[in-house]
Amino acid sequence: MFETLSTRLTQAAKSLSGKGRLTDANIKDTVREVRLALLEADVALPVVKTFIERIRERAIGEEVGRSLTPGQTFTKIIHSELVNVFGRDTVPLDLRAQPPVVIFLAGLQGAGKTTTAAKLARRLIEKDKKRVMLVSVDVHRPAAIQQLKILADEVGAGHSPSRADEKPEEIVLRSLDDSRRQHMDVLIVDTAGRLHIDEIMMAEASRVHAICAPHETLFIVDSMAGQDAIKSAKAFDELLPLTGVILTKADGDAKGGVALSVREVTGKSIRFIGTGEKTDALEVFHPDRMASRILGMGDVLSLVEEIEDKVSRDDAEKLARKLKKGKSFDLSDLKAQLDQMINMGGMAAMLEKLPMPGNLNSAALKSTANEKQLKRQIAIIDSMTPGERRFPKIINGGRKKRIAAGAGMQIQDVNRLLKQHQQMEKMMKKISRGGIKNMLRGMPGGRLPPGLA
Amino acid sequence: MFGKKTEATTEKGTGFVTRLRQKLNRGGSWLSYDLANLVPGGKIDDDVLEELESELIMADVGVSAAAHIISELRKRLARNELKDLVALRDGLRQTLIDILAPVANPLCISAHPGPFVILVVGVNGAGKTTTIGKLASRFQDEGYSVMLAAGDTFRAAAVEQLEAWGERNNVPVIAQQAGADPAAVIFDAYEAARARKVDVLLADTAGRLQNQQGLMDELIKIKRVLSRHDAGAPHETMLVLDASQGQNALLQAEKFHAALDLTGITVTKLDGSAKGGILLAIANKLGVSVRYIGIGESAADMQAFNAEDFVDALLSVENKFRKEST
Ligand SMILES: Nc1nc2c(ncn2[C@@H]2O[C@H](COP(=O)(O)OP(=O)(O)OP(=O)(O)O)[C@@H](O)[C@H]2O)c(=O)[nH]1
Ligand SMILES: Nc1nc2c(ncn2[C@@H]2O[C@H](COP(=O)(O)OP(=O)(O)OP(=O)(O)O)[C@@H](O)[C@H]2O)c(=O)[nH]1
Ligand SMILES: [Mg+2]
Ligand SMILES: [Mg+2]
Repeated sequence: MFETLSTRLTQAAKSLSGKGRLTDANIKDTVREVRLALLEADVALPVVKTFIERIRERAIGEEVGRSLTPGQTFTKIIHSELVNVFGRDTVPLDLRAQPPVVIFLAGLQGAGKTTTAAKLARRLIEKDKKRVMLVSVDVHRPAAIQQLKILADEVGAGHSPSRADEKPEEIVLRSLDDSRRQHMDVLIVDTAGRLHIDEIMMAEASRVHAICAPHETLFIVDSMAGQDAIKSAKAFDELLPLTGVILTKADGDAKGGVALSVREVTGKSIRFIGTGEKTDALEVFHPDRMASRILGMGDVLSLVEEIEDKVSRDDAEKLARKLKKGKSFDLSDLKAQLDQMINMGGMAAMLEKLPMPGNLNSAALKSTANEKQLKRQIAIIDSMTPGERRFPKIINGGRKKRIAAGAGMQIQDVNRLLKQHQQMEKMMKKISRGGIKNMLRGMPGGRLPPGLA
Repeated sequence: MFGKKTEATTEKGTGFVTRLRQKLNRGGSWLSYDLANLVPGGKIDDDVLEELESELIMADVGVSAAAHIISELRKRLARNELKDLVALRDGLRQTLIDILAPVANPLCISAHPGPFVILVVGVNGAGKTTTIGKLASRFQDEGYSVMLAAGDTFRAAAVEQLEAWGERNNVPVIAQQAGADPAAVIFDAYEAARARKVDVLLADTAGRLQNQQGLMDELIKIKRVLSRHDAGAPHETMLVLDASQGQNALLQAEKFHAALDLTGITVTKLDGSAKGGILLAIANKLGVSVRYIGIGESAADMQAFNAEDFVDALLSVENKFRKEST
């Protein structure tokens, strides 16, 4: 199993507690844990090494503050170093140039260039009121040109036509003409996917790039990318060079350590993240959130959005009203929650995003991780009487036996469910008292990352 | 319009290992290179193994699979079997083969009434549609009749892309309008394939991330609909994995497997400088058969997965390693 960094850090923090100052000796184990965790997040090894070295330097001699645990001290240092690497501020696209301003997209096969071209166009049209034209110089992949054309129509962008039997150089030249003639503000050039070690294809990219002289050259990289991404990013940067990066498929459950790798090796800022297949799924890159994500501290905001999306609003509001009135969270509510979790792709996905407080991040909660288990738990609740569901306290030994038999399960299973319910109830109370932010504030590892608080 | 960048060779058989090796080593062989650099004095000790563990991690093997490999090597070291660089290389080679051999099970198209259905699944952009194009070409070469089902009704021009591959291989493609129910499209294709006595039906599906439960359920439904009409169908549920991906590829394999009971995996984009360390992690953790590897964008750029060839190509026996160790 892959542990999240926050789990590791919590463990590491325990081994640190009681020590007044961070020393080489007493953070040795923790440093190793952090190293491992970053590697599991797909941060490239050389980047991990330099990053760890920086943390060590800063951490040594640091006093463990009276109000903080050593773990919190350490987490704070790691997090702020990560944010430092990403750069504290969001860097917008630079469009201050003679129109048509050219934006050039490049990257490996399947990274998401074509989709991102459409997303950028849509954003520039809707948010910045620009006139945008799209052109595909991908004469290699079957139907790549058609794909971009369909997307251009969908987002209401102009489209400079091209054919697979043309040279990319010809296409891009003509598209410059087209966009000038049609008074476009921006021309977005979508290129074929290519391997950084494919000399012929890299040379092609370089020629097309030189012809259109882009103002922004964006490297499109898959957030699931592994250790090798550092090499491709470097090669593209050396060849073109790049001016920025867009991280795609961030709606998945990858930690996205590649963001750190690419940033370190190219020094170019990450501009946007792609968070879905639709053309509106493009978000401004937030260093804080990404740092938290790589560290496993959770991207709380995206979780909240996801919950809003997927959990039926009615149910959520009903529950919220009930909790506000001071009513307790009963087993019917738990059942509704379990149904929703199945809906949301299981608790595991949710847990990965939520920086769970140590005591809630317990084995009992984690055991709800898969759908089969969720369904078994629902079966247990289903074999209870309405009274039992409303007042779980009345469930004694005899009732447990009956419930277990009814659901075809063991008494231990019933016990486990009841225990889990108690924990959920506790958590719900916290939420109802101060909302999700308050709940998160009580976490080990410290306060919410800046920007989320 | 196809295969412009990589000359599509059709050679099979003897040329294959050489070709594979060339492709796989285009980015330089991490293992051989680093091994030679690691032990300039030739003495193998625990430090060397520890460093090697980092190197494996850098190749996306993953922390736990790397630890497993190193622990195997450590045993050999304790038995005094790793006296020099050559012994270390052989030990490593054998250890890697031991991990991969059990999953190197080729896909066999068994004869039975109705088409042999291959359902191809995976995350966005992994190479599903291209793999189907390559498989269609391959099966035709082997004498099977082939049909394609355009089960990706979501992504822009996904159908056109598959149709281009159909045209290229001269095989029929069954498609409906964008937005159609994928299960219905694939079932339609199944009926057509059965009526026309087609041997192999390759069903494309839209890319989806494994944490999108609704989309995973859609695949489960496709499987259910197929099996209702032919208990054995799909006869192969194949996950396509992108070799340039990191640890998330393991999660992909695990979650797709949990939802669909995968029977095979194809690893694409091994022609990059990512050396497919993920394969070791998958074999070590999951044990699902690895069927093919993709080493380029044209129809010929695919081969059946073979553990020894793969490891040899990976370690690049007669390249850098040999030169620098003698
Ligand atoms: N879930 C998700 N899918 C994405 C995102 N961005 C792109 N995709 C999907 O990823 C797949 C590949 O996207 P493309 O835009 O075709 O990628 P590309 O880089 O143009 O691919 P090539 O031109 O073949 O190199 C498609 O299925 C897209 O729908 C994203 O942010 N989230
Ligand atoms: N270099 C290389 N590129 C490959 C390989 N297999 C596929 N590709 C390229 O990867 C990109 C994506 O391939 P597709 O077959 O469209 O991937 P997909 O999984 O069907 O994508 P979606 O349907 O959008 O999820 C295309 O540019 C392919 O040409 C391979 O083995 N090597
Ligand atoms: Mg494209
Ligand atoms: Mg496809």
